[in-house]
Amino acid sequence: MTNAALVLEDGRVFCGEAYGATGVSLGEVVFSTAMTGYQETLTDPSYHRQIVVQTAPQIGNTGWNDEDDESSRIWVAGYVVRDPARTPSNWRSKRGLDEELTNQGIVGIAGLDTRTLTRHIREQGAMRAGVFSGSGLTDDASMVEQVKASAQMVGANLAVDVTTSKPYVVEAIGAKKFTVAALDLGIKSNTPRMMAARGIEVHVLPLTSSFEDILKVSPDGLFLSNGPGDPATQDHAIALTKEALGRKLPLFGICFGNQILGRAVGRGTYKMRYGHRGINIPVIDVATGKVAITSQNHGFALEGTPGEEFSSEFGRAVLSHYCPNDGTVEGVRLLDAPAFSVQYHPEAAAGPHDAAPLFDEFVTLMNEAR
Amino acid sequence: MPKRTDLKHILVIGSGPIVIGQACEFDYSGTQACRVLREEGIRVSLVNSNPATIMTDPEFADATYIEPITAEFVEKVIAQERPDAILATLGGQTALNTAIALHERGVLEKYNVELIGADIDAIQRGEDRQIFKDLVRGIGSEVPRSAVCKSMDEVRKTVADLGLPVVIRPSFTMGGLGSGMAYTAEELERLAAIGLEESPVTEVLIEESVLGWKEYELELMRDRNDNVVVICSIENIDPMGVHTGDSVTVAPAMTLTDREYQHMRDVGIQVIREVGVDTGGCNIQFAIHPDTGRMVVIEMNPRVSRSSALASKATGFPIAKIAAKLAIGYTLDEITNDITGETPASFEPSLDYVVVKAPRFAFEKFPGADPTLTTTMKSVGEAMSIGRNFVEALGKALRSLETKSVGFWTQPDPEGATLESTLKQLERGHDGRLYTVERALRLGASIEDVYNASKIDPWFIEQIAWLGTLRQELLDAPVLDEPLLRKAKRAGLSDRQIAALRSELAGEDGVRTLRHRLGVRPVYKTVDTCAAEFKSETPYHYSAYELDPNAETEVAEQREKPKVLILGSGPNRIGQGIEFDYSCVHAAMALRAAGYETVMVNCNPETVSTDYDTSDRLYFEPLTFEDVLEVVHSEQRSGTVAGVIVQLGGQTPLGLAQRLADAGVPVVGTTPEAIHLAEDRGQFGKVLGEAGLPAPKFGTATSFDEAKEIADEIGYPVLVRPSYVLGGRGMEIVYDEESLSGYIARATEVTPEHPVLVDRFLDDAIEIDVDALCDGEEVFIGGVMEHIEEAGIHSGDSSCALPPITLGASDIENVRRSTEAIARGIGVKGLLNVQYALKDDVLYVLEANPRASRTVPFVSKATAVSMAKAASRVMLGATIAELRVEGLLPATGDGARLPEHAPVAVKEAVMQFHRFRTPEGHGVDSLLGPEMKSTGEVMGIDSSFGKAFAKSQTASYGSLPTSGKVFVSFANRDKRAMIFPVKRLADLGFQILATSGTAEVLKRNGIACTEVRKHFEGEGNVVDMILAGEIDMIFNTPYGNSGPRIDGYEIRTAAVAKDIPCVTTIQGAAAAVHGIEALIQGDIGVQPLQALQAALRGDA
Repeated sequence: MTNAALVLEDGRVFCGEAYGATGVSLGEVVFSTAMTGYQETLTDPSYHRQIVVQTAPQIGNTGWNDEDDESSRIWVAGYVVRDPARTPSNWRSKRGLDEELTNQGIVGIAGLDTRTLTRHIREQGAMRAGVFSGSGLTDDASMVEQVKASAQMVGANLAVDVTTSKPYVVEAIGAKKFTVAALDLGIKSNTPRMMAARGIEVHVLPLTSSFEDILKVSPDGLFLSNGPGDPATQDHAIALTKEALGRKLPLFGICFGNQILGRAVGRGTYKMRYGHRGINIPVIDVATGKVAITSQNHGFALEGTPGEEFSSEFGRAVLSHYCPNDGTVEGVRLLDAPAFSVQYHPEAAAGPHDAAPLFDEFVTLMNEAR
Repeated sequence: MPKRTDLKHILVIGSGPIVIGQACEFDYSGTQACRVLREEGIRVSLVNSNPATIMTDPEFADATYIEPITAEFVEKVIAQERPDAILATLGGQTALNTAIALHERGVLEKYNVELIGADIDAIQRGEDRQIFKDLVRGIGSEVPRSAVCKSMDEVRKTVADLGLPVVIRPSFTMGGLGSGMAYTAEELERLAAIGLEESPVTEVLIEESVLGWKEYELELMRDRNDNVVVICSIENIDPMGVHTGDSVTVAPAMTLTDREYQHMRDVGIQVIREVGVDTGGCNIQFAIHPDTGRMVVIEMNPRVSRSSALASKATGFPIAKIAAKLAIGYTLDEITNDITGETPASFEPSLDYVVVKAPRFAFEKFPGADPTLTTTMKSVGEAMSIGRNFVEALGKALRSLETKSVGFWTQPDPEGATLESTLKQLERGHDGRLYTVERALRLGASIEDVYNASKIDPWFIEQIAWLGTLRQELLDAPVLDEPLLRKAKRAGLSDRQIAALRSELAGEDGVRTLRHRLGVRPVYKTVDTCAAEFKSETPYHYSAYELDPNAETEVAEQREKPKVLILGSGPNRIGQGIEFDYSCVHAAMALRAAGYETVMVNCNPETVSTDYDTSDRLYFEPLTFEDVLEVVHSEQRSGTVAGVIVQLGGQTPLGLAQRLADAGVPVVGTTPEAIHLAEDRGQFGKVLGEAGLPAPKFGTATSFDEAKEIADEIGYPVLVRPSYVLGGRGMEIVYDEESLSGYIARATEVTPEHPVLVDRFLDDAIEIDVDALCDGEEVFIGGVMEHIEEAGIHSGDSSCALPPITLGASDIENVRRSTEAIARGIGVKGLLNVQYALKDDVLYVLEANPRASRTVPFVSKATAVSMAKAASRVMLGATIAELRVEGLLPATGDGARLPEHAPVAVKEAVMQFHRFRTPEGHGVDSLLGPEMKSTGEVMGIDSSFGKAFAKSQTASYGSLPTSGKVFVSFANRDKRAMIFPVKRLADLGFQILATSGTAEVLKRNGIACTEVRKHFEGEGNVVDMILAGEIDMIFNTPYGNSGPRIDGYEIRTAAVAKDIPCVTTIQGAAAAVHGIEALIQGDIGVQPLQALQAALRGDA
């Protein structure tokens, strides 16, 4: 029955059944502990070049609908599940997950012991891997070779792969109050929606945009989106960010955007052992002590100690949020410039809406800057 | 936000006896709360009338009051203890209602006591249906359309507007009591009337039907910093229309997209905030229209509930424990998640497995009761299982229930089942509905057909349909090879199920042999709250089969300490419930203290035993031979198993003893052979014969002719029953040949492999129950209990007193000698329960059970000696003499001879007749007999029998009356014995009402009484009077024999409906009079168990 294999760079091989398309897919193997929202996960550009393991065993139950995509396509390189649904059931479902994966050419694997795999990743760290099935399935040694020959995540500039080729506009809902330039490093559909709902007209701009391109839309604020890859590669985005900070243009960043803001104010970033991927992750706001349950998807993080205040070329800043699970820095805020960012996803999708008020905070910043 | 410093003394209110809708889960939550509060240095006082709870063990609180949970008694406790605050959100609806009553009586204000967790306003916002609905609408969410009605007229007007069907929900009742669905105008009239009657405020909610909608629950927690987390989502497989306690449920929700789930989460969070549950847990129920996704909020419980116990066990997140910490001021982020040991409790658990909960019913105990499932909860227990996918968990849950069917295909289909009749059956909820789904599919129904009939989400139906495909694959395969066997096991199929499909494998044992030869064994995974994201050291395991032969098992090696496995008792059922869990937990505590590593195996999510820190290791597994054997194997691989304890969990583990021993498992304590000796009547008869102990004459019959012959020889009435039973299953007293023949016809259906026992029935004997401990040599009598009702009423339903109230020293010595002879004769090593009947000064041995009995916790509380702790040590080799030195047993003496000043403890059983109705809507008969019907028990303890009895009645049924009208009607044989008690009642100022025959005798004895009409004598009769609320108490002993005459039946069911005391035995009547006298004399005080026990031990 074994007709697919997940091969890790450390030589460990997990056998299973082909799921979705067959062939070979290579990427970094990571696990997500989200129990809902596989459609949003699969279409999240931040998962570009990653093979995603779902720790929740029953996946695909609600099929695939036409409303919940977070971008125009599935971005994960490969997909690993234990018990995929044979037939979906949900009033919004249009087709099965299996069918959608096949249509989009996503190579997956099912039926393996995802818990043993997850524990392995937890202990050994996220690493390169490959899903092999159909004609791609060969002997273990040559599959391991292929995995070892694939690109590393550290040093990978992936945002260029996922950014929009042309600028586009998401209209404000109701009266337009603000204009925001959103730098697309891998933006999810729900992010402009969240801003639009607050009267913001969002101009989503390609990563290659110049600061002049940004100024052309007469923005009240700059938004840095989430995205894949190593933030250390994002010199251009960091340069744009510094321009904005220098001009005191209100700025809000999430996830990858948090790392870019952090680097812009002189903080380093590092690759985490296995990252944070889930929709149950607590974050504490240092200022209020309140907990938000957040949606997260990051393999890199900002260096530093939660609550730490430091000075930068743009004045004082503070590491404003942290994850109490492991002390990871989850946000940065400038005290002398209108800029802040968080490492998690206030736009949720998938995930809880606890952090949604951060968009209101962005609105407040823009109001104050007027 | 750190702990509040102003709370130094907290009163915890428990939930009282086990009833339908309120079971062990509140012992679990209360025990956790008490433990947490004391760890925080807070003085804890506790009120709970249920002696079979761990929380009422004296070491769990500073002052433990085993007193009735009524506002009156709790006020006495408050006056005596003067606590700073009351924690009522962990004791179910009983505690919450008591808190409201205390508030209404001004007690909280008078003594300046704060309600922590949820205040009165929050409780009322959550519990009052109209306020709650307005509140939900206020936050922009939907509720089913409805109206609150206070009369039948209002009900009719509302229904004219909403249209039928409608749901009827009485206000302020628990477990959906009195609620139901009306499809027709007749049903509406009947159900609404019942609902108004059941509601303490005469108020029902009439609601738009959401029948067939998808049903969900969320378990939430909030802290005083307004942080809210969702602990668990639960999806009911049975859609709306079946009470969630009666539904098969799944966690996490299986058929919601993230968008829908987050919407539900958002609304849930808004609701907990609006209701204003300051700190702690709540449960919110939602319904979603399957075609449109329209979501409505159904209800919320502003407290810890049965579902929160389930959620705690399902996720590893200890809701009650955290709720207690939040109540004293901590915030979620300040509390460490015990399971990971490093991350905080401010997170939402992620599951990498599927949990299924299935209800256990007891309709066989209530002949005539309508088994249709409705919005009134009817199940008496539940089993939970964990698997790596839905079907694996479902298979484990079904076999955990220990019903006749142990998973699909293990019983023949009902005769004459057609596709049409099967689909028809699916339209209404019933016990075993998923079996019906499987059958319908096998008979050719499509997934859509099954959905249309049942409204069960097609995803679940497809899962069962896939099992059908797998079944065919198993039937068709030329041989069972490793991959196919792995596939079958991964789908949750037991060896028995596979054996049912492959007859050439010669049964379960053959499948197991093959499976082991092919190396197909389960791995054990861990419940870690975080889907393996973090390392977890807490050994809370479940089995799973993986296709990969190299899949990891997560059981840690431990080779220093010898391990002892304790097999629990599985789902609660009538006859086997919390009392056995109590003994298992005590064993875990005692053996842990004695240096063993304790390993618990159980599948009941409500219990203390399945709390992850009760034992050193927990396996949440079905208690079947296959599953237990694999656990033993797992433990043997990771260390040394010193023994497996089977005698504490009731009949469930006891039934496995012989097979486990045969398989080489080191069963400790009384040997399986000795167990058999006690259970086999022939062999047991020999034991008694050799010891010179009399027993009622009996015989063993395998046919009616044999039974008749025996009955003729020993004389009617006879007691007939199948062998190997617990709780008197299938036991009856028959008075003539005709009813004997009827019984045999039915009984042979019940247990074809076991013969029927025919015993002489001892009329009017005093029944005596003894719990004893034997180390193989010495015998320690734990307690001698005298039943208040005569022999013939099942001991589990009978009230009893300890010390025995009418037995003399010589009787007790006789009991001791007999018990010692039996213990040695059988070869008991551990616990022994013996039942005797004393008639005409002859002590007859009725039966002996070499295991923990239901009365072990009662005896332990009443005598201050933990029998189960001592027993577990004895099973592992300690002697009674050693335990006396160690202090686990008293240095001298035993429970047969308590000091003269010892308090009297009375145990009373609690019945649930009011939950059941016949299909025609009549009540079911409340008459007691040899078949056990009670679900729980209470204890009354005080200095005299009268006071203790009065307390026991107050705790179980509400107070005995101290004035008013008493209706008496006695069987002829009882008329002589009734004169004194009835005369005493008249002297105490009661007005006596009687039917003609009884009245005549009373008048002749100079007792003034009013004659009333019998039920069949027309209008204005006694039944009408009862229903009109004109009667305060009833003495009604049944006429003659088993076939309850219609009059008695109507009287008893009317009493049940009006919730007034109805005494059906002459001894019970005498005890009631004792109790009433005590109440009239007044001044019944309260005293903590710690003080009572200190006095008993003589160290006061």
